[in-house]
Amino acid sequence: MSATTMSYRDAVRMAIQEAMRRDERVFVMGEDVALYGGPYGVTKDLVKEFGPDRIRDTPLSESGFTGAGIGAALGGMRPIVEIMTVNFSLLALDQIVNTAATFCHMSGGQLAVPLVIRMATGAGRQLAAQHSHSLEGWYAHVPGLKILTPATIPDARGMLWTALMDPNPVLIFEHAGLYNTKGELADDAGAVNINKAKVVREGSDVSIITYGGTLSKSLEAAERLAGSGISAEVLDLRSLRPLDNDSILSTVGKTHRAVIVDEGWRSGGISAEIMARITEGAFYELDAPVERVCTAEVPIPYAHHMELAALPQPEAIVLAAKRTLKGG
Amino acid sequence: MKIDKQRAHALLYQMKLIRRLEEACVEYYSAGMIRGFLHLYIGQEAVAVGIMEHVREDDAVVATYREHAHALLKGLSAPCIMSEMFGTVEGCSRGRGGSMHLFSAPHRFFGGNAIVGGGLPMAVGLAMADKMQGRDRVTLCFFGEGAVAEGEFHEAMNLAELWKLPVLFCCENNSYAMGTHIERSESVTNLVKKAESYGVPAARVDGMDVLAVSAAAKSAIERVRSEGWGPYFLECQTYRFRAHSMFDPELYRSKAEVDKWKQRGPILTFVKKLTDADLLNGDEFVELAERVRIEIAGAVAYAKTGAPEAVEDLRRHVYWEGPPLPGPAGGVQ
Repeated sequence: MSATTMSYRDAVRMAIQEAMRRDERVFVMGEDVALYGGPYGVTKDLVKEFGPDRIRDTPLSESGFTGAGIGAALGGMRPIVEIMTVNFSLLALDQIVNTAATFCHMSGGQLAVPLVIRMATGAGRQLAAQHSHSLEGWYAHVPGLKILTPATIPDARGMLWTALMDPNPVLIFEHAGLYNTKGELADDAGAVNINKAKVVREGSDVSIITYGGTLSKSLEAAERLAGSGISAEVLDLRSLRPLDNDSILSTVGKTHRAVIVDEGWRSGGISAEIMARITEGAFYELDAPVERVCTAEVPIPYAHHMELAALPQPEAIVLAAKRTLKGG
Repeated sequence: MKIDKQRAHALLYQMKLIRRLEEACVEYYSAGMIRGFLHLYIGQEAVAVGIMEHVREDDAVVATYREHAHALLKGLSAPCIMSEMFGTVEGCSRGRGGSMHLFSAPHRFFGGNAIVGGGLPMAVGLAMADKMQGRDRVTLCFFGEGAVAEGEFHEAMNLAELWKLPVLFCCENNSYAMGTHIERSESVTNLVKKAESYGVPAARVDGMDVLAVSAAAKSAIERVRSEGWGPYFLECQTYRFRAHSMFDPELYRSKAEVDKWKQRGPILTFVKKLTDADLLNGDEFVELAERVRIEIAGAVAYAKTGAPEAVEDLRRHVYWEGPPLPGPAGGVQ
């Protein structure tokens, strides 16, 4: 099977371009998506093909244009709202949580809100405490939303179309550190499911459960563990809401040990939710306490060495995995 | 006064129907059969009736938590509205929304939004969808003067004018954001000026006079519906006779102030106007009031026999359960 090597950024752009060619109701709106080419270059040149109505630059009005996206979705369009970073999405939190997430239920099931919101998340580029946080776990708390975290090239390309076909509001979190990463996309790759986690590396001694920007770090840790004779399984959650309980319990049932890796903060985070589910559903399968590797509980600092120290790193994942094994 | 008698009676009927519906709400609230927040429109009827006279069936309406009148005028039945208040499955939102969240997809009535200012961006988006799909529909967006203090008001004004979208922004200025008078919350109290600062054409009208509101709304909606004219802002100066909600002891205003406004009551003054012009006699008024009474009594009777939704269904409707949305990516509503 032939495949093409491309960047994560190109994969997202290809997904947008294909969706817009396929369905004329699909359009993109956000800050600097048109003439500037997108703050991360994702929508570069798309305005040439689709024009300024469908690749629509907006003023710096996150709440206004996110709410407009909800209205456009209710009016029969299939908007893709781009928010520059997850930190800025807090200015649109009212529209996302109070409107997009509630309208189907509050109307007694009458109104579908087929809206896709894409945003960059995560740290690692020395952008400090207002451009670097990982708040996808917060959004995953909210019923009515679906939360996707594509970590691979096939998911960056395939999840968008699946999200557009979904009649519910879907938030896609693209870790900003991934845009330049490269990988292969099969030439016949299509839409992907958005409700199943995926074992991306098989193993038998310990399960590393992660998503988004920390998948590659987890794989690197698994490789190092293999060098120490430890077989680590790596589970890419892919979706934080719904969470694929079965896959989580299944990998823990297989290895009996788990390390959760999450770039969000530890307290009250998605890692805590995953631990709780393991405790509820696989307590008697466990041979060791579940470990977590999260971001230090500080606003992300600017200085390079401090930022590195704050974030989950492969070394910490390796040590956590070894701790789960020290008893047996 | 030049007004067709039949039209005059229809307007009066609508105002009285809204009034009676809400009086019944108070009655059943006191009896404990309606709970939660209940925000009454009593005193403001001329605004919704005057504006909605010109709304087309396929136009969209976005309203606030004080939206019983707008829902009724958009075509939702009194029985389904009353059932929603009673929290039964026959309610227009299956009892999931209550007084503040009346919805009807077939009537293009998009709530029922209890976040002040929250509906304005949505109205922009609905209008955007119409414009992008080449439809001549208008979106009517109702909000109180309190919403003008929210950032979303300013963002929505800017977007609607920037993109020349067909929205009629209807500001129901009843002077009070809950208990805070506009003089105590706005550095500039001239709301028309605020809209105009975004390039949105704007006018102010006496919101206690149904005919004045109707005339202003007619030209505003015609203008908005004409291609390329963009949004319009209409400020209707009105007054709420009742408390903000059922939990409000009204410490912030005097009885004398309320009484003064009541003298200008939209139903009272309209009845007098019609009587003086020989367009309404005593018998006709009694007959009209009786029709109103019967319709609302019927709605109450219907709501009383409603069924509570099965608790087993609690987790339903959080995500879409309807048929797959049509189209390559789905999604026509």
